[in-house]
Amino acid sequence: MATCKYDWPSEGQRGLIGESIDRIDGPVKSSGRAKYTYDTNPPGRLIAKILQCPHAHAKIKSLDISAAQKLPGVKAVLVVKDAGSEIQWAGDEIAVVAAVNEEIAEDAVRQIKVEYEPLPHFVVDEDLQKAQAAGRTKEGGESKQGDPDKAFQDPDAVVSEGLYGLPVITHCCLESHGSVAQWTDAKTLKTWTSTQNVTGGPGQFGQGLRLKNVQVDDNNIETICEYIGGGFGSKFSPDSWGIEAAQLAKMAGAPVRLMLDRDAELKMAGARPSAYARVRVAAKKDGTLTAWDSESWGTGGVGPAGHPPLPYVLEFPNSHWKHTEVLTNIGGARAWRAPNHPQACLITMAAIDDLAAKLEMDPIELLLKNVNLAPPVLRKAYTDELHVAAQLADWKKNWHPRGDKTPGHIKRGMGVSLHTWGGRGHNSECNVIIRPDGSVTVRLGSQDLGTGTRTVIGITAAQTLGIPLDAVKVEIGDSKYPPSGASGGSTTVGGVSNSVRRGAVDARDELFAAVAPSLGVQPADLEARDGKIQSKSDPSKSLTWKQACAKLGVKTIQTTGKNPGPCHLGDSGVGGVQIADVSVDTETGQVKINRMIAVQDCGLIIDMKTAESQVYGAMIMGVCYSLFEQKVMDETLGIMLNPNMEFYKLATIGDFGEFVVHMMTGPGYDERGVIGLGEPPVISPGAAISNAVANAIGVRVPTLPLTPDKVLAALEKGAMA
Amino acid sequence: MEAFEYASPKTVQEAARLLGSTWGGTEILAGGTDLISAMKDRVITPKRVVSLKNIKGLDRIEYNSRSGLRIGALATIRQLLDDRTAQQQYPGLVQAADGIRGEQMRHMGTVGGELLQRPRDWYFRNGYGLLAQHEGKSLIPDGQNVYAAILGNEGPAYFVNPSSLAPILIALNAKVTLHGPSGQREVELSKFYRAPQSEDEREYVIRPDEILTEITVPPAAGAKTATYEIREKEGLDWPLVAAAVALQMDGNSVKSARVVLGHVAPVPWPSPEAEQELQGKSLSEDVADAAGKAAVSNAKPLSQNGYKVQLARVAVKRALMRAVKGEA
Repeated sequence: MATCKYDWPSEGQRGLIGESIDRIDGPVKSSGRAKYTYDTNPPGRLIAKILQCPHAHAKIKSLDISAAQKLPGVKAVLVVKDAGSEIQWAGDEIAVVAAVNEEIAEDAVRQIKVEYEPLPHFVVDEDLQKAQAAGRTKEGGESKQGDPDKAFQDPDAVVSEGLYGLPVITHCCLESHGSVAQWTDAKTLKTWTSTQNVTGGPGQFGQGLRLKNVQVDDNNIETICEYIGGGFGSKFSPDSWGIEAAQLAKMAGAPVRLMLDRDAELKMAGARPSAYARVRVAAKKDGTLTAWDSESWGTGGVGPAGHPPLPYVLEFPNSHWKHTEVLTNIGGARAWRAPNHPQACLITMAAIDDLAAKLEMDPIELLLKNVNLAPPVLRKAYTDELHVAAQLADWKKNWHPRGDKTPGHIKRGMGVSLHTWGGRGHNSECNVIIRPDGSVTVRLGSQDLGTGTRTVIGITAAQTLGIPLDAVKVEIGDSKYPPSGASGGSTTVGGVSNSVRRGAVDARDELFAAVAPSLGVQPADLEARDGKIQSKSDPSKSLTWKQACAKLGVKTIQTTGKNPGPCHLGDSGVGGVQIADVSVDTETGQVKINRMIAVQDCGLIIDMKTAESQVYGAMIMGVCYSLFEQKVMDETLGIMLNPNMEFYKLATIGDFGEFVVHMMTGPGYDERGVIGLGEPPVISPGAAISNAVANAIGVRVPTLPLTPDKVLAALEKGAMA
Repeated sequence: MEAFEYASPKTVQEAARLLGSTWGGTEILAGGTDLISAMKDRVITPKRVVSLKNIKGLDRIEYNSRSGLRIGALATIRQLLDDRTAQQQYPGLVQAADGIRGEQMRHMGTVGGELLQRPRDWYFRNGYGLLAQHEGKSLIPDGQNVYAAILGNEGPAYFVNPSSLAPILIALNAKVTLHGPSGQREVELSKFYRAPQSEDEREYVIRPDEILTEITVPPAAGAKTATYEIREKEGLDWPLVAAAVALQMDGNSVKSARVVLGHVAPVPWPSPEAEQELQGKSLSEDVADAAGKAAVSNAKPLSQNGYKVQLARVAVKRALMRAVKGEA
């Protein structure tokens, strides 16, 4: 195969790439020195607080901010929704106040007098008929392939029917949304924002402010986010409250910090759409899948939320799906790590698992038998991964047909699921700078969501330049740096590693050209490794990195690396398989995770440790949404009852069980280049855990989270059947 | 949080004088783990907060074989967990304390505060009052009642008593000492809680100007005790139900039993039905199960919390088996 100059080093030549390397910002984070948006306090900064609407649906009749304005310590009050505005969900912003401290800002918020005209609201999404009767539905698409009716009527078809679903959950970022805004002069805005989109910040702030008649050029806006406490798809824009912080800062003539309180974070700052589906699925007696039919629905609030891609991964020869949007007065949906995939995965993989039980087949056998229904590029990966996962889980020994028959009230079960994602690298530009003293800086307007982006950038540059990781200074998190894409859709690692690879190869080649004459060799004969620039044909001709850079004299090398660009450095499309091993107490309905196995491919892995960490983190989120998470809405009041971390339950260390992560590497994977990993491993846990519970107790618990009330209800229903 | 006056008296008498005679104006601060968050949420908005932290001697745990265990109201949950005598004499009490999972809570939270913490009911915590009234009726029977009461839920109160320690302390016949402006009184813990009938009432009989200073637990006298909690999460979660038992044995048979359920009713819920079921019997899995069944025989679940009937029954059974096996 012809090589291309930016190609990733081949196996055996990779050095740092693919090793298990600690994240380079670990020490500053764990010692508390890393400064998050929340920690940013320019001199004289004010604190802003939001007045939220207490009603799920209401019209503002009148609004009076005069008392709030008069409160000593209040510096600015901004009305967000004027009299006459219609509010569509409880928690939406009415007004914001900036004051010298949090207490005064809160007091001022309470001094704002608003008269509402409450309007009828609708907040329940699980019952489609109820939503239809209330006129709160909208068509969400329909598609048909082959002849499903005929396939279901085939006398040889084994048909399984079921209801499956997941409620609305929130993103629950540990660092809430928000920003700090400072006008350094009348025309220049500096914003520290907790964002997944540093490069996009100035444009978003500029547009938002101009819509509010604040004249500012994008050029004069800087967005900074060095560290972020979670985004998960909910932090792509500064949001209305980010714009409001900048407006308040302008009005008050002082920097303003506006971070959402926890309850606001849970009510306003994003939700994963729910999805419920009635499914019929058919197979021949030998397990060959023949037909799919689903009627699904879900809510993303008052607006549309898209639909889960059904059936998931497997393309049935005969299929029909129809989706209905349920329109509710709850906070709007946002992308939640792998948008619509966990929903589609649960619905599909649970339905297939129920069919396997009806066929009295091992579900792994059934998936292997039907792997040809998966996209061609993933068939081999799925086959490999199903085998690896089965081996790691000791499936053959531990799996049993549905319903653990061992005596006693603790029943153990195993469940499997598979998933897919794209993950092609986004557009990214970087500067790679080599100075005569040997120092190296890589600079780009990307952000590290906690995934290891900084470390991956450092490893890519260090490996390419043949220097240690700590010799590379990585500068990200500032919109002044070269533009790099938003971190969403698992696009970052591909984007930044590819652009940095290209930039670093060019920088290295410039250095080769500069030092070649003094070594008496051609630049093409040089290589950079082990902190040296040396001749490939005669390694005795060598300079240390510092000696080599000194040859630059007063010249500094600065290259720009871009993605996309020449040579095949990355790809799209990954697969993954997960197995859950659970125990269920059939007297109490408590589900305990014994073990979770995750087998995942993502092309060439830059840092094994941060890649594995991504998968661990995804499984943690997966256990949380499988067992506990739920946005609990009161139908009468239309409010969220659990906007706190007491009753919006997240798993803690005792709930996780053992996690086993296996990354697929080597031939067939590495040569695909770098592919993203953020979303895929969070897709399968719901289905794998739900399937494991069904395998343990012999009946399906139709919806997540798998709480004791639902498990006991399913057991009771199963006993009656 | 609303602005408030902070008082830090040095004696119980002084503290009592600083308290108001009606609810709402003043609150007592011990560990603050509940009070401060409730104030931040403006569920409670006192004008004055009276801290007990500067009063010496309220944090002791002492044991005397004749009078039993005396727990100062300011003793922390961590102190109780670490107390050797409590571990040996009253394992059920330590098991209950162990259900309070957050280490921060254990270090800051006090035994007195644990008994006086306000209900966790989410309507209450969202500002709809203890009785969760809206347009003249309770939101709970037709609302989100998955965690609500299954016993003693004729209304108007549907919340559950949140205390982890009260059930076992009641099973152990504990008393609390209350100091008011005109002296002190002792109240049996079994008579300390009540289901409020109006928003003006609180869920316990302590008066607004009284301070709970001490909990006394009679000698265990060989009683076998246990607590069994069922939670959704392993850590940092409220029990869905809990059962506490104290058994006086005569050889292999039960001479007398106290069975008290937690998190099933607006008050800790003693079950004479279960106690009667156990009387004179040798404890087996079947007998324990029958006691569990008896304990919930009068349960009236709401629309979403029928599962708690099953959980309560199982908790009683498991607490009994745990007691009889002498688990630490």
